[in-house]
Amino acid sequence: MRRRSRFILSALAFGYAFLYIPLISVVIYSFNDSSLSAVWGGFSTRWYSELFRNTQVLDALFLSVKIAVTSATLATILGTMAGLALARFGRFKGRTFFSGMISSPMVMPEVITGLSLLLLFVTLQQLTGWPGQRGFSTITIAHTTFSMAYVAIIVQSRLVAMDESLEEAAMDLGGRPLRVVFDITLPLIAPAMIAGWLLAFTLSLDDLVIASFVSGPGSTTLPMLIFSKVKLGVSPDINALASIIIAAVSLGVVVAWIAMRRNAKPS
Amino acid sequence: MKAFIHIKEISKHFGDFVAVDNVDLKIAQGELFSILGGSGCGKTTLLRMLAGFEIPTSGSIEIDGTDITHQAPYDRPVNMMFQSYAIFPHMSVSKNISYGLRKDRVAKKEIAKRVDEILELVQLTELKDRKPDQLSGGQRQRVALARALIKRPKVLLLDEPLAALDKKLRERTQFELVNIQEELGITFVVVTHDQEEAMTLSDRMAVMDSGQFQQIGTPKEIYEFPHNRFVADFIGTINIFDGIVTAVDDDRISVYSDEAGETLTALGKQLVDVGQQIDIAVRPEKIFIGKEKPDDANDVCIEGTVHDLGYLGNRSLYRIKLSSGKIVQVSSQNRRRSVTRFLDWEDKVWISWKPRSAVVLLDK
Amino acid sequence: MSNDANNELWRRFAIAAPYLWLLVFFLAPFAIILKISLADPILAQPPYSPAFASDGTPSMSLGNYSFLLSDDLYAISYLRSVTMAAATTLLCLLLGFPMAYGIARSPAATRNMLLLLVVLPFWISFLLRVYAWMGLLNNHGAINNLLLWVGLIDAPLQIMYTDFATAIGLVYSYLPFMILPLYASLERLDMDLVEAAQDLGASRTRAFWDITWPLAKAGTIAGCLLVFIPAMGEYVIPYLLGGPDSLFIGRVLFDEFFLNRDWPLASAVAIILLMLLVVPIVLLQRAQARDEEPAA
Repeated sequence: MRRRSRFILSALAFGYAFLYIPLISVVIYSFNDSSLSAVWGGFSTRWYSELFRNTQVLDALFLSVKIAVTSATLATILGTMAGLALARFGRFKGRTFFSGMISSPMVMPEVITGLSLLLLFVTLQQLTGWPGQRGFSTITIAHTTFSMAYVAIIVQSRLVAMDESLEEAAMDLGGRPLRVVFDITLPLIAPAMIAGWLLAFTLSLDDLVIASFVSGPGSTTLPMLIFSKVKLGVSPDINALASIIIAAVSLGVVVAWIAMRRNAKPS
Repeated sequence: MKAFIHIKEISKHFGDFVAVDNVDLKIAQGELFSILGGSGCGKTTLLRMLAGFEIPTSGSIEIDGTDITHQAPYDRPVNMMFQSYAIFPHMSVSKNISYGLRKDRVAKKEIAKRVDEILELVQLTELKDRKPDQLSGGQRQRVALARALIKRPKVLLLDEPLAALDKKLRERTQFELVNIQEELGITFVVVTHDQEEAMTLSDRMAVMDSGQFQQIGTPKEIYEFPHNRFVADFIGTINIFDGIVTAVDDDRISVYSDEAGETLTALGKQLVDVGQQIDIAVRPEKIFIGKEKPDDANDVCIEGTVHDLGYLGNRSLYRIKLSSGKIVQVSSQNRRRSVTRFLDWEDKVWISWKPRSAVVLLDK
Repeated sequence: MSNDANNELWRRFAIAAPYLWLLVFFLAPFAIILKISLADPILAQPPYSPAFASDGTPSMSLGNYSFLLSDDLYAISYLRSVTMAAATTLLCLLLGFPMAYGIARSPAATRNMLLLLVVLPFWISFLLRVYAWMGLLNNHGAINNLLLWVGLIDAPLQIMYTDFATAIGLVYSYLPFMILPLYASLERLDMDLVEAAQDLGASRTRAFWDITWPLAKAGTIAGCLLVFIPAMGEYVIPYLLGGPDSLFIGRVLFDEFFLNRDWPLASAVAIILLMLLVVPIVLLQRAQARDEEPAA
């Protein structure tokens, strides 16, 4: 092991403290009986029970999860096709343009993506009558558009790292190209597709700005609901909600970590 | 010779780059044929055209009388063993091997029978349920071989079949590969950059450079009678002298070389004229070395000094400096056991060879 | 051969499906923004004038753009966005570089754990992470309470609703985007190179500037752009931490659109923001394209 200087070690310590102190403080506050953050009113779980009685929160959560699952699935299908096209189909007409267009939604500021999609939906409605109402379908389309870029990049880099002669070998042994995609390519890029799906799912659950643009009356996603509450200041039931999410994510990561280590060991 | 594989005037261009340049080749049924060349010489492109992964820019390929130039890889009676072996990492050994038969919808019973046969042939029966990541390099090589052989292809293509193995394993595997080929009688086409591998494996071989064949022949022909400077230089070590033809008798030619400072005689019925510039080449092991001038007047003899020497156990290598400054490599067998050196640095020596040991290289 | 036709069909489909999706839902919207930015706001549904008058003559004007130029408000908020985004990028680099370096030089077992800890906050809602800072920074928040209790201050400091709070929020949210690409290029860096430089007489600092820094350049550029570009258009952080008066271009766009319902002007703001970002976005795509092709 090479020596790390004191400077590097203190940067690491400061950096991780910076990343984690806010999260820890939210968890602590969530158990504060007082509704004022300044006062410690004693330990209590009342914000949690209040949260679970709040049907508004539960409705918004349900809508958000529905959108996230649908858009992540669509994004994984489209993104995988795009990744395959970029990594395996050689040169085709418009490839450079295609690859530029794939990665652009990732770097586009959310306000621009949101505004542009809303204007598209309004124009489409004028021309075709669809979408009659903005909500689940428009938010799902918007989320699919920007998260398919992430899936495409993840799948593409996995394919680039993968030995192309695996697919050639399958073809050499009599597998027709479409068959080979299902026999060889998809099973081998499955981890990348799962990672892409999870990322798309998180991005969708996380999005506030784009959803605010393209949603209509009556469709409030969880981030939109949270935002309308915290705009007015600290709100104790949001502390409880944040703590639940932190706990769920940490648990998921720990489980994934253990699973990965166990998988890595035998070989 | 009846051609089983007939490659006719085939070329492959990638943009401006000519990878394979108007190549003709006939390979007989049951032959083990190697294509030897450095990286970028076009040998892999040629192999990929045989497999169907590249479509030739011009020319055609026939196998057993059928034109397969535009057939898709999955329709060809040809299978390939890839350099990386390309073992499917998510399938067991037997699933890997049976893949080709499953794609051809062979009956399950038949598949099981043929998998068992081939597993026995490559001695992998005990490992059939293993996953690829639990196999050693040699075992992976045998899985790849079995997988490519199970469809009983008319031609098996092998891309650098032994390059991924360590030296000891490589020597053993070479002989196994030849035995299997002889047992099954399948035509093998091997691509390799390793001359030793090409020499030991092949019935015949081709030396390739810049997209063209420089010479085609048996390993012995290519080593002993290289056609040109490239082949002579590429295979083994050789001493080459520039010279001008001074006389042509019925079966021997005399060539004066400034580098040698002597007239060199060589046997040859080649069509050369007096005054023509040619090269004379001699392999190091064909040269005798001694402190006295040999008495056979027919031999070519040149005087020089020992510039460098190396003891390799079974033989010694000498680098002899001639008066022109030219360095000649000589290799001699150490037949006698001795601790003292027979020759030392700066010793005056005579080197000599028989005229029939010298090769005349026409085109440069 | 019908099978080959099938294969060709599949290839075409795999390219066409994502291609068309992006054309319709990504590229077409930009044409529409551009068109609407040239229209006039009207009281109707939708609230902008058609591109062609009823008699067929085009009715487009650069009026929105000249308005943007004439009112200082917009210039100031563009400028503020650029300065804040640049400051955020610099702070992220100053903190992120030593962290990425430290992670890359850790033993393999801890390295993955440290990396995971950098990524983990990313999986927790962005909004809630910004919200967490509201609880820390406000006048009755943990930081002020701590400082009061220690006795360093007598009255709560006004941290919340300042540029400082916005900067903290931005650095906090975008730090992982800086660390990850930096880590990727530092991890690939062969430490023997640094030792060779030291062996040849370079001091530790000299070796850093001669070897590590130039070789980590690709990661540095990617990291800086990945922070700068989204920070430019940020809306939530300045709103929640910078207070209602904090003028950020993302907020101006949002407010023009939702509060003033001036769609044409909001579109013009978006077009100018996009033009400011074209250069960094192209730079980023180039850097990533170069990274994809391994050096021969």
